[in-house]
Amino acid sequence: MDTSKTSPAGPRELRATWASAPYPVVLADRAGGVIELNDAASCILPEVRPGDWLHESAPNWLADAHQRLSRGIPSQNGSSSAPAGGRIGERVYEAHPTRDPDGDVVWWLVDDTDRRLAEEALRSERERTAFLAEASNALLSSLNVDRCMEVTAQLAATHLADAAVIVAPGKGRRHPMTSCVGENPVSRGTVEIDTSAMPGLSEALQGFPPVPSRWIDPASAPEWVIPEEMRGSVGSVVITPLPGHGLPGGVLILLRSADHTAFTEDAEIFARLFAARAGAALSAARMYAEQSSITTTLMRELLPPSLHQVNGVEFAGGYRASGQSERVGGDFYDVHPGADADQESLAVLGDVCGKGLEAAVLTGKIRNTLHALLPLADDHQRMLRLLNTALLNSHHTRFATLVLASAVRLERGVRLRVTSAGHPAPLVVRADGTVEEAETHGSLVGVLRDIKSATAAIDLAVGETCLLFTDGITEARGGPLGDEMFGESRLREALGECAGMPAEAVVERVQMLAAQWVGRGRHDDMAVVAITTPRGGPLTAMTLGSLGRRRA
Amino acid sequence: MTVSTSLRPDQRLIRTCREELWSALRDGDEHAAATAVFAGLEDGVPAEAVLMEVIAPSQARVGQEWAANRMTVAQEHVATAINERVIAALAHHPAGRVEPRHARVAVACVEGEWHALPARLLSEVLRLRGWRVDFLGAHVPTPHLIAHLHRTGPEAVLLSASIPTHLPTAHAAITACMAAGVPVLAGGAAFGADGRYARSLGASDWAADAATVAELLAAGLPRPDPTAMHHPIEDLPHLADQEYTMIAQSRSRLVKETLAELEERFLPMREYSSRQRRHTAEDIAHVADYLATALYVDDQELFTAFIGWTAGILTARGVPARSLALTLDVLDSQLKDFPRARALLERAGHGLRPDPHIPVPGNGKPA
Repeated sequence: MDTSKTSPAGPRELRATWASAPYPVVLADRAGGVIELNDAASCILPEVRPGDWLHESAPNWLADAHQRLSRGIPSQNGSSSAPAGGRIGERVYEAHPTRDPDGDVVWWLVDDTDRRLAEEALRSERERTAFLAEASNALLSSLNVDRCMEVTAQLAATHLADAAVIVAPGKGRRHPMTSCVGENPVSRGTVEIDTSAMPGLSEALQGFPPVPSRWIDPASAPEWVIPEEMRGSVGSVVITPLPGHGLPGGVLILLRSADHTAFTEDAEIFARLFAARAGAALSAARMYAEQSSITTTLMRELLPPSLHQVNGVEFAGGYRASGQSERVGGDFYDVHPGADADQESLAVLGDVCGKGLEAAVLTGKIRNTLHALLPLADDHQRMLRLLNTALLNSHHTRFATLVLASAVRLERGVRLRVTSAGHPAPLVVRADGTVEEAETHGSLVGVLRDIKSATAAIDLAVGETCLLFTDGITEARGGPLGDEMFGESRLREALGECAGMPAEAVVERVQMLAAQWVGRGRHDDMAVVAITTPRGGPLTAMTLGSLGRRRA
Repeated sequence: MTVSTSLRPDQRLIRTCREELWSALRDGDEHAAATAVFAGLEDGVPAEAVLMEVIAPSQARVGQEWAANRMTVAQEHVATAINERVIAALAHHPAGRVEPRHARVAVACVEGEWHALPARLLSEVLRLRGWRVDFLGAHVPTPHLIAHLHRTGPEAVLLSASIPTHLPTAHAAITACMAAGVPVLAGGAAFGADGRYARSLGASDWAADAATVAELLAAGLPRPDPTAMHHPIEDLPHLADQEYTMIAQSRSRLVKETLAELEERFLPMREYSSRQRRHTAEDIAHVADYLATALYVDDQELFTAFIGWTAGILTARGVPARSLALTLDVLDSQLKDFPRARALLERAGHGLRPDPHIPVPGNGKPA
């Protein structure tokens, strides 16, 4: 019996099976001659007929795969029987071979188009999601408008186009503009432009009514839009508005060079998604800038002033608010310079009950009231009584403690009149390092109808200092053991080392010790003012100018 | 008045100027200090040389003199205050007036850092070289620094720290600035003589002096990658063992227990005055802080160097350094479950014992 040949019944049975298979099937011999196709295969490959050579009538990829398989050359993915794949007409197929012992090959073709499309869509969707997530991270990092525009331009120029230009809403014809080409550094500036000169620009800049992004003819783009590196090579331009949460947010202009594919509708939709994020980040940054400028303006009056030498008396002040992110609080100080060297200057330091902004607002009122009462500063008691009445009559229910110190320079030193109103008495450090407490006491203001106080007269020789401080210093908790109060004895000890120091060095020393004592712990507002008799006059540009040449 | 802008100042002039400034600082004489500096300027020493070669070395000398106990705390503060005033006056001198032509930068000291003079000198040098400088001063809380960055959008933050125990805070500040998209250039003694901690804490770069800062700025610092979601722990993976966290949190208890144990083992302490006792507690707290910092940056050298320096300071003040070695021993016995901390303590202790310069008085009585 001849067993070398397959029984004719075999292939016939097989044929019967696959002839009606719903998948296209092609049978070819070892040499590449087509033996047979089923109906489904004839449908998609009408030009292939039994007896044809695969390489003449079938798609090249199938003929090549057949040849490789017959010669035993492994395909790219390593296995000779792994599926090949390629286009047939509009669709994409995977071809799975099965071989019989004679070398005939049955090619089973599986329509793969939809899976590939889905995979392609998934990949590009993943890329976009990753880019948008990345863009959001980058855009969220800064609340600075310029920086935000920079990041937007960079991201757009590297991911969406060859170059990106952002035109921000401006004042009149002047608009801030940020542009970036590829990976180059961002350039920033202001342009004076006629927005109507570029189609779509003025509508997009107005922000309302909403406008879609639009393509414009590169030839109609004004010169200032095209970055220098792109001159003469721009192939397509898209203008996309940056949505700005109720306010115009500016415009993102994307440019692609002529040798790059033009924007597809898809790319443009994607650009819009990016623009939405960039617009949101930019409007948050703009709002922050606006709020912070309002805060700065309002805060200016509440911030402690910077002190310096006045009429031969040295003043220095230091302040630390209780909250880590706060700048103002319930402690305050001020120095009101005397009109001339014979007039007393008035230093005030005090503490309003409470913390934070609300307390700070009240300190502002007290400071204003005291300022208005300055002409009466030669009588501390009267000044305090008037302040007390003003506080009792205001709707604030808070009270305050404070110290008034009037200082005038005499020939040998500084003469002080110091009055405490319910406040810790100032400490005086003498030239020899002795520390004394000023003998003054009195009632706090803002509680009782009648208040009393006693004023102390103090003379400060050269190098001696009178320190006004709030209880935030003495009551600071911390230290090496963690829960001790800084206390007045430590303050006195520290002050004892401050004889002969300039006022700002005394303030810095006290502030530093208290801050180190507290460490990272919580603390109350802390304020210090030092009044010192300096060695010589102040260093000013004037006195320095007159120093002249030294080595005469 | 003639003011030279020559780049090669006469070294002899600079030396004279430096000596005169130094003697004025010693005497606490502000006017003599100003006279010395301004005469130097008018003799042709450029303003930058006045800052870096006259004022900066004199300030460094103040620190050395204090460490050697030849200057009191008060004298140190007076000298610093005078230098600050001289620098401020210098900015108003015609030789120190420069129109800004470069971008804006912010100079700040880390929160807790009170040594502002190095940062101040840097600010002035940069201003002289045409940068727009916002000097935020000493002890800048990180939230204030970040608010400033959002408000002004500078090209870079120049962050200064002198004392190594501020490194953990510096790390927080560096991370926050970089996350806000602003590069950070770190400088100051705290970051190590070779800037190693600046790098391990993730700063963009480190500079040893003001001139290098100016060069790096001129070359342009790369913006931190705004898309990188960086977590601070990635800089310092060793923090995962929590040794730093636990020691930093239980610092007060550690100090209390060490103090009590020390009292048992170090007999002279029983005769300490309350003031001496307080100073001892502060010293122990310092050791604990440096230990925690060395754990934070994972660096033996930081701790060993501090212990060596402290031994020198104590010796200069006639305090027996034996108490320091004992302190390390006691801490070691308390930190049984902290292998990294114990390794630091043991090695620092080795460095301490064989030092022949540290006298151990017979009766151990502190001076």
